[in-house]
Amino acid sequence: MLKRLLRSPGFLLGFGLFAGTVLVALLGPVFLPIDVRHRVGLAYMPPSREHWLGTDHLGLDMLSLLIMGLRASLFVGLLAGSVATLLGTLIGVYGGYKGGWLDDVFTVATNLFLVIPTLIVLILLSGSLDEGRSLTLIALIIGCTTWTWSARAVRAQSSSLRARDHVALARINGYGTLPIVVLHILPYLLSYIFMVFILQTASGILTEASISMLGLGPYDSISLGTILNEAIKNEALGDGAWWAFVPATVLVTVIAFSLYIINTSMESVFNPRLR
Amino acid sequence: MSEPVLTVENLRVHYLTRSGTRVQAVDGVSFELHEGDILGIAGESGCGKTTLVSGCMGLYIPPLYHTSGDVRIAGQSIVGMDRERNRREVLGSKIAMIPQGALNSLNPTRRIRDLATDMILSHDDRASKKEISERLRARFERIGLDSKHVLSAFPVELPAGTKQRVVIGISTLLNPRVVIADEPTSALDVSTQKSVIRLLFDLMDRGIIASMIFITHELPLLRHVSKSIAVMYAGEFVEYGTTEQIIFDPRQPYTKALMSSMLSADPGRRGQKPVAIEGAPPDLKHTIVGCRFAERCPSVRLDCPRTEQSLRQLGERQVRCHHAE
Amino acid sequence: MPNSDLKFAFEARDVSRVFGHGRKAKTAVDRVSFEIRFQEIVSLVGQSGCGKTALAKLLLRLDTPTSGELLFKGRPIADSGEPRAHFRQVQAVFQDPFSAFNQFFTIRSQLESCFRLFEKRPSKAEILERVDAALLAVNIKPREIDGKYPFELSGGQMQRMLLARIFIIRPEVLIADEPTSMVDACSRASILDYLMKLKEELKMTIVFVTHDVGLACYVSDTLYIMHQGQIVERGAPARVTGAPESPITRQLLDDIPDVHRDWLGRGGAKAASAERTLVLVS
Repeated sequence: MLKRLLRSPGFLLGFGLFAGTVLVALLGPVFLPIDVRHRVGLAYMPPSREHWLGTDHLGLDMLSLLIMGLRASLFVGLLAGSVATLLGTLIGVYGGYKGGWLDDVFTVATNLFLVIPTLIVLILLSGSLDEGRSLTLIALIIGCTTWTWSARAVRAQSSSLRARDHVALARINGYGTLPIVVLHILPYLLSYIFMVFILQTASGILTEASISMLGLGPYDSISLGTILNEAIKNEALGDGAWWAFVPATVLVTVIAFSLYIINTSMESVFNPRLR
Repeated sequence: MSEPVLTVENLRVHYLTRSGTRVQAVDGVSFELHEGDILGIAGESGCGKTTLVSGCMGLYIPPLYHTSGDVRIAGQSIVGMDRERNRREVLGSKIAMIPQGALNSLNPTRRIRDLATDMILSHDDRASKKEISERLRARFERIGLDSKHVLSAFPVELPAGTKQRVVIGISTLLNPRVVIADEPTSALDVSTQKSVIRLLFDLMDRGIIASMIFITHELPLLRHVSKSIAVMYAGEFVEYGTTEQIIFDPRQPYTKALMSSMLSADPGRRGQKPVAIEGAPPDLKHTIVGCRFAERCPSVRLDCPRTEQSLRQLGERQVRCHHAE
Repeated sequence: MPNSDLKFAFEARDVSRVFGHGRKAKTAVDRVSFEIRFQEIVSLVGQSGCGKTALAKLLLRLDTPTSGELLFKGRPIADSGEPRAHFRQVQAVFQDPFSAFNQFFTIRSQLESCFRLFEKRPSKAEILERVDAALLAVNIKPREIDGKYPFELSGGQMQRMLLARIFIIRPEVLIADEPTSMVDACSRASILDYLMKLKEELKMTIVFVTHDVGLACYVSDTLYIMHQGQIVERGAPARVTGAPESPITRQLLDDIPDVHRDWLGRGGAKAASAERTLVLVS
């Protein structure tokens, strides 16, 4: 099955793009002189040979800013995605398997959290935490409010797996709930959970970009969203300084897009609906 | 003797696995069907009967390929016919199939009327709406369906037994000369099964179907449906005779084992112990020397694994076993 | 070994299992009552949807009745403490050998996990001995399955793995849910042989669940004909098939295509065209 995945053009494209951005984020500082503290030129200087993407409103090197921003956005996305997937999987798998009152309780909780608008929570919290807003905190908040999607998806799968013969056999072998969930349900869900993780990560990156763009992002970190925010605040558009916001937008789009294609191509290979 | 409706001559069909290995699923099958014939094909999973069906219909869709041999319907060879011509001239009109698990073969997003109309239009696109409507109504009424209700329904709205009748009705709309019924009743409970079988006989009596090939793994059903039976094993016919002969007086060891596995509810006939056969059919990826059943045969002799067993005449039947009598 | 005071392995009084409530309630098992003796072989026979599988699950303790009393060895099943204790005495084999095992673990490890049911965990040597003996009992050479996963074995072998479990656990009761319906005709007889072996050597009580009346008659001491959740007829096979009392039984027997009867009422398929020569020997 892995082979089929490697032959799928969608997967290769998506994986290639995503791997590319990750590599840039990780290795950028190694190969390029990243300097985000010192002015290297005038404000909004256009791209030149020394500064490939020009400078921002403070005269800082745009490329360096972008690479730092990329690292931050990826970090938030992956952390938020992990938290959301973990929470959602735990709740979904248990609720789906046990059924009964536990499932009912979990479903009510899921529906409650579902209607909580992540953005508004973030806005409110950001408003009250002027200096405490860090990337990690934002990532955790995103994770804790967006797990509902994974929970519902995983619950449906878990519920249908419960009826399988091998689960019945495990029960008459004397296994309790926890071992059955871990040994007999989770292995069958692994590829599904991985796909869920990919989508949660993409969603985390987009959410962070949105909130940072609104000016409520991390206090003293640079992310792709904060870059966009600065561009708006300083009217880069009006000045024609396209390099201040186009690259950041493109990066966010590319990351989200690559993750979505990876997910779609995996879905057509694994096709969880047929399980 | 009239001309046969279907002639299969030394048909060999193979398919290619993903790694490119060739599996000879049908390895030299021959038989003839005349008008009024009902041939039952008995065999377990993997014996090649489903591939044989595709071969008889000319449906060679890769990875399935025609190796050699001929299939003639009403004298006309359909081997090598291009797919479009096959679809237009042969499928549905000359030879039709009632598929296995027929309950899933109806497109759930369309009404019965539309599915049936498609069948007619695929062969006669000049038919007028009125003609089609009348034809459907008449045919559906004939097979005991409430045409007004059934035709306008979606498949999901109909119970299993009705759906099976609909599938039979649509498959036989064009009065095919040969109908191949592949496990048409396996998903039904016994009472519905009986009425569906009766329907098939009814269609034959009325001349809507000229001949039938009936495939099932349920041997008692074969006894009541077919006039002659061919037992298939590892891509070949191992015994071919009248129903009476095969069911009650099998000669080939595999046929004997198969028939002994039938357990009767009849109080007078109980206590006959079925014959246990270990092992599995041979892997058709390799060429097989000698008798294909030798390694499992309870009455195997020394020369069996080495000697090629050909189908020979034994009285009024054919048996693929040199030692059978 | 069963207590000599107890005559019955199972006793049921007005047992029902209803799914859902109100208007959408579905009654899978409808007020059934019966007694099954030790070492009796009983078949629950009926078409799909008749409730035989639902009742089997109740006996197995994979499900609980919504009303009525269901006793195993004189005590209500639901009350008898940990489920493990019940599974130690009542086991099952399932219909589909492939879906009955986890595809991610080796067969041997899954056979060894049966030992969870035993209170005193045996030593590694004892486990090995018992598993190997069970494999030999179903005619499988132990070394043949070493390190193998379920998808590497054939259907017939997997079905025998299900039986091997029973030889390992040695319960007092076996619930066999359509054990031969997904098996090739040739292998069916060997499965039945193993089941007889279980009855003879290990003195097992067997509850067969099947839609095949002929099979049920061949193996059982008592038949229970089920329809829409109820037991409509019970008795020895000869009596039930020879002189059925319930119209449902009569209809069922009439609908089965038995080879020795005129099933369709067309005078049998005697219209064998023997006069036509069977052609074209390859």
